[in-house]
Amino acid sequence: MSSIIIDTSASRKVRELLRFLLESGKIDAAVTMRKIPEDSSYDLALITDASNLDEAVPIVPVMTVNAGQVLSSISTSGKKIAVVLKPCELRAFVELVKREQGSFENLLTISHTCGGVFPLDLVAAGKIEELLPKYEKIISKGEVPANTRDTCRACEHFIPMNADITVAVAGDCESGKGCVMYLNTDKAEEYAEGFSGERGELKFDPSALKKMLDARLLEKEKLFASITEDGPGLDRLLDTFGKCIGCHGCNSVCPICYCLLCDFESANFDYNLPYFEEHLSRRAALRLPPDTIFFHLGRLTHMSFSCVGCGMCSDVCPVGIPVAAVFRKTGEKTAALFDYVPGRDVEESIPVMVYKEEEFSDIG
Amino acid sequence: MKKEFTPRITSFLCKWCSYTGADLAGTARLQYPTSIIPIQVMCSSRVDPVFLIKAFLNGSDGVLIGGCHPGDCHYETGNYHARRRFAIVKSVFDSLGLESKRLKLSWISASEGPKFARVANEYTEEIMKLGENPTRKSIFL
Repeated sequence: MSSIIIDTSASRKVRELLRFLLESGKIDAAVTMRKIPEDSSYDLALITDASNLDEAVPIVPVMTVNAGQVLSSISTSGKKIAVVLKPCELRAFVELVKREQGSFENLLTISHTCGGVFPLDLVAAGKIEELLPKYEKIISKGEVPANTRDTCRACEHFIPMNADITVAVAGDCESGKGCVMYLNTDKAEEYAEGFSGERGELKFDPSALKKMLDARLLEKEKLFASITEDGPGLDRLLDTFGKCIGCHGCNSVCPICYCLLCDFESANFDYNLPYFEEHLSRRAALRLPPDTIFFHLGRLTHMSFSCVGCGMCSDVCPVGIPVAAVFRKTGEKTAALFDYVPGRDVEESIPVMVYKEEEFSDIG
Repeated sequence: MKKEFTPRITSFLCKWCSYTGADLAGTARLQYPTSIIPIQVMCSSRVDPVFLIKAFLNGSDGVLIGGCHPGDCHYETGNYHARRRFAIVKSVFDSLGLESKRLKLSWISASEGPKFARVANEYTEEIMKLGENPTRKSIFL
């Protein structure tokens, strides 16, 4: 497999690649982050004409929506699509494909080593451009930027798994210039054939990012410890989730929560008079809306083992519940039960769909 | 005089094995405590993790799932799936520091009336030691 040396900024080079693919007709559409021309914010865009690529910034530390979630609704259109994804977005999409919510067949996936993304309030405040130079400097040194999402700082899977093309922007190169684009699959070679740039035979070397990995693991330890700092148990649970207003925002932005009709939004949770009467016969008071804590515990058992830690849930929470941190911490344990890593391999079944005859002999 | 604590153990029993086992315990006039509140399900895999959580948050002192022995499931593989889901719920409880001892899964076949009575007795005793579920008192759950 070959590699392409990047002679300009990494983001610009990926944009050139998308332009080349669109103009040569190799793809029908591209999915990439884009700078909104009218203001200083960003969004994710589905672009079919190369003339609309001018504002595209494929590699930018902003996640307005988990692209894996969006892909699930367009990947089966039969059109050829190139998509630029952050590693966790790609993993989320792998999890969705396992659940038959998408397909890799017509996709060219381009991903990059990720330094983490900024929380959405910084994006909305238009602060990204002034933060970028410092951010790029920090990740090129293989360090962890302090003002990114908490789960990003604590994320150890910042090297894309299974991407057709990997762009290395963190660690060894001065973010952009001198970075390398690695073509990992035959599909990538086929699509990139005829694309300009100095070719080589370089192999991606994860060991260059050891420093970043160590720093992240340390951050992870700190993050996990912060969730139980006042001691575990029911009181702590109330402390953590008691603020929940029941908006289900975390659920709606979660790429893994794909169910068209979530149990928690179904008629099972239509509260009527008998429900209140029954509850109040046992308890002197009832929290309204009911079942907010139940909702979080339910989601934890339903999908925490597939949590990729993108951090969307914490970012959209209006009352500041560290949803993502709790899910990462709990999810790491539930996934470990089955030696499972979400998004690692599309051929690997999700743990609740398969079983082994000999396992969990301590249960039952 | 202080009233003695009687636990409430919500029990999801599979129709083909554990529920029939409980029936057998009854017809054989074996003694087991009234703490067991049986709910018949078609298979132990019918028990969604949220059933356990709901029972727990609503103040059940213990939650029991009874299913066929591994390999004996009426639907062939249901209980293997139930076992995985149960392991997940237990792990979530442990991660959050909730008392996972209040959750139990037991394999009881249709012919194991005595085993049903024994499990009911032992589990009730275990729950008596743990005491009342704090979720009973916590009004804002």
